[in-house]
Amino acid sequence: MPLTNKHLLTVCFITVSALMATTSPALAGKISRTGSSAKVSPRGQMLALSCSGCHGPDGKSAGIIPSIYGKSTEYLETALREFKSGVRASTVMGRHAKGYSDEDIHLIAEYFGALGKKTR
Amino acid sequence: MRGTITRREFSKVLISGIAGTALGVFGGAGRAFGASRQVVVVGGGFGGATTAKYLKKLDPSISVTLVEPKAAYVTCPFSNWVLGGLKTMSEITVTYSHLSAGYGITVIAESAKSIDALASTVTLGSGRVLHYDRLVVSPGIDFKWGAVEGYSRSIAESMMPHAYQAGTQTELLRKQLLDMKDGGTVLICPPANPFRCPPGPYERASLIAHYLKERKPRSKIIILDAKEKFSKQALFSKGWAALYPGMIEWRGSTAGGKVLRVDPVAMSVMTEPGEVRADVINVIPPQRAGQIAVDAGLADAGGWCPVNPLSFESTIHPGIHVIGDACYAGPMPKSGFVASSQGKVAAAAIVRLLRGQDPVPPSLVNTCYSLIGPGYGISVAGVYRLSSEGIAEVPGSGGLTPIDADAEFLEQEAMFARAWYRNIVADIWG
Repeated sequence: MPLTNKHLLTVCFITVSALMATTSPALAGKISRTGSSAKVSPRGQMLALSCSGCHGPDGKSAGIIPSIYGKSTEYLETALREFKSGVRASTVMGRHAKGYSDEDIHLIAEYFGALGKKTR
Repeated sequence: MRGTITRREFSKVLISGIAGTALGVFGGAGRAFGASRQVVVVGGGFGGATTAKYLKKLDPSISVTLVEPKAAYVTCPFSNWVLGGLKTMSEITVTYSHLSAGYGITVIAESAKSIDALASTVTLGSGRVLHYDRLVVSPGIDFKWGAVEGYSRSIAESMMPHAYQAGTQTELLRKQLLDMKDGGTVLICPPANPFRCPPGPYERASLIAHYLKERKPRSKIIILDAKEKFSKQALFSKGWAALYPGMIEWRGSTAGGKVLRVDPVAMSVMTEPGEVRADVINVIPPQRAGQIAVDAGLADAGGWCPVNPLSFESTIHPGIHVIGDACYAGPMPKSGFVASSQGKVAAAAIVRLLRGQDPVPPSLVNTCYSLIGPGYGISVAGVYRLSSEGIAEVPGSGGLTPIDADAEFLEQEAMFARAWYRNIVADIWG
């Protein structure tokens, strides 16, 4: 085990932020950008892209489906882990949460935690 | 085991990315890494509109052109709600104004006539030629006209609507239901797998039954199926027994369901046991990838488009990504939600490929609600990853509404279905 996933991820953050700084200068304008932060993990972004289909753009839900946007990393990580274990009752979230490892859940929670903080 | 493969795959991609960055070399990802970053998207449905929007969200510096002839697009999801009288057409119609004004996407309201994969160009109906560095083709389905004897495009447009591309077809079927007498018979004839929206015909039967129960309670629905079983079958059967006892009859392929031919003049369908006459006949013909994908040589003999599941790039023509109903995607159903999920994966992959980076291994998802009655919803969920065999469902995840779900659970699912529609439409076109 010379190189763990965590190490790889850390390296990845750095390389991506370096690349983004050179190839994608601040062009955001008024567009709400997904994962354009220099600190975003590509893996976390990939996983988090799945959520907005039901929870709305950037996790901002218009109806009775709860918003993810604005929730803290800690809250989201706990909620997803509880959906996965069945501790938290749900109609469909338990079925979804079982598709993600604890590491995946951490990355998703971290992604939305950071997104809410950044643009608030 | 699969988790291990995914992690290994992930590490491999990361390592190659790191090596490339350290050396300042961007050769690994291949094509078109340079100043010009033009992406053309053909088709403004769930797949194409998602790709266009997420390309801009992920990297606003990419030029994105969306080619879609319809100024107003009627979604297939929730078109069964219109048939049942629960939604109006305007409530399931979206436009592209926010994608152009809010996201800087160039929306061209024309049809794409042809694709030249060697020249990297798309020719529009007007003759205008668009150059692309990467092309996304999201054309949805076309029908295999001629597969059902007696059925044709003109019969679909006049007598026996398919209503499987929403819009005027939805309106025609709705009008026929409104005009039908009480005590009439409605036939629904779904095709064999694979086809768009596997639970669609059965949600349709449910919501037509809802309308008939309220307005024409002596009427009957018969499903003449080309299959021996169908999506969410146990849940639908239970719902039909609870809400519409005796009103919906399903005949499997070998139990008289197989359609041999249709007769639009007699308004009848010939099956092995004999002729079935009806007042409204909804024929859902067998399907294949949308015409432009077939014309561009992107489809194989099976009628759908093979793609690399990492990026949805065609395995036939590099530089062209095919998403949604038109592509092969392993166990993923051909749903609007899936097309949108694939659109996000394709957009993320294209952003990285245009920067000379390898795509991140995909994470894909499906969430489809079907309404059996206004307060009675069911769902299917799926989470998908890359495995050594291509796209695979994550073991132990996903699945259907529990068969023993109580009334409160089913009512919640119906409420979530409404909220789901609102959010996915906002995620794609908002």
